[in-house]
Amino acid sequence: MNLIQKIQAPQIKAGPLGFKVGDTVKVHFKIVEGKTERIQIYEGLVIAMKNAGIGHSFMVRKISYGVGVERVFPVNSPRIEKVEVVRAGKVRRAKLYYIRSKVGKKSKVKVLLPNRKEEAAQAPKA
Amino acid sequence: MIGLIGKKTGMTQVFDDTGRLIPVTVIEFAPNVVVGKKTAEKDGYDAVVLGVYDKKKTRVTKPYGGQFPEGINPTRILRELRDYEGEVAVGDKLGVATLEGLRFVDVAATSKGKGFQGVVKRWKFGGGRNTHGSKFHREPGSTGQSTWPHKTFKNVKLPGRMGGERVTIQNLKVVRIDAEAGFILVRGAVPGPRTCDVLVRDAVKKTK
Repeated sequence: MNLIQKIQAPQIKAGPLGFKVGDTVKVHFKIVEGKTERIQIYEGLVIAMKNAGIGHSFMVRKISYGVGVERVFPVNSPRIEKVEVVRAGKVRRAKLYYIRSKVGKKSKVKVLLPNRKEEAAQAPKA
Repeated sequence: MIGLIGKKTGMTQVFDDTGRLIPVTVIEFAPNVVVGKKTAEKDGYDAVVLGVYDKKKTRVTKPYGGQFPEGINPTRILRELRDYEGEVAVGDKLGVATLEGLRFVDVAATSKGKGFQGVVKRWKFGGGRNTHGSKFHREPGSTGQSTWPHKTFKNVKLPGRMGGERVTIQNLKVVRIDAEAGFILVRGAVPGPRTCDVLVRDAVKKTK
């Protein structure tokens, strides 16, 4: 490990990410107001992931009062408490920027149904 | 003045206390040896001479090797620091610990060579428009005219060699000092390519 990797290593969150592009997620984000700290939940669709390592980030889009809002979160940010998957999505591309120009039903992402074969294979192990 | 000779390792990012991602440059330090001292009585000014990266005695010329007192190995790099703060003796080894407590530093190094560059890149000229019949794209323009002044003035900005000169960046914030591992993190960019030698000194314009 070189020095730069050594500096980055303690800041990178261990374990798998737990969500993918196309998933609808709830991001529990810590907000500091003066001395008090509270957690704000930002719910939306993950439309892109960028970079890797320390700069790894994901973009979450939601419609707020009829206006599209996109927020980029660093995956390794210490201010992210956790990311909850509300709905897994079935998508065929890595960047869902096309959703910006869609309205109504076309702006929805299909729900990814769990793979029965995989589940059956995992069941006996567990 | 406090300072050390270091090596630019590269850039990365770190999260600060508030959770923001900050771009930083990693600068590594090998132990700096105090090779000599200049005094106002003898040399006209006070300074400390630092050296790093040992060289074999047989590999240096006699005039270069003669600068090193007996018992001190010749080093590849020698730098003088004027008006050094703190007591040091010849032969002392200075580490990152001497930088402890600094909040801002100035970093000097030789910038990356850019080769022969035009006036747009080298001097930030605006250039002309590309279309609508324009025949003036990235040229330097007129310089000397005809009857008057009938010459090109000195210091007119023209194309030429760019980069590869000593550049000092002032007031870089110190993000972290790790005396154990021998490196510091400095906010923002530092001149020069990776692995180049840099001179880190306490900031002249921003006090502690």
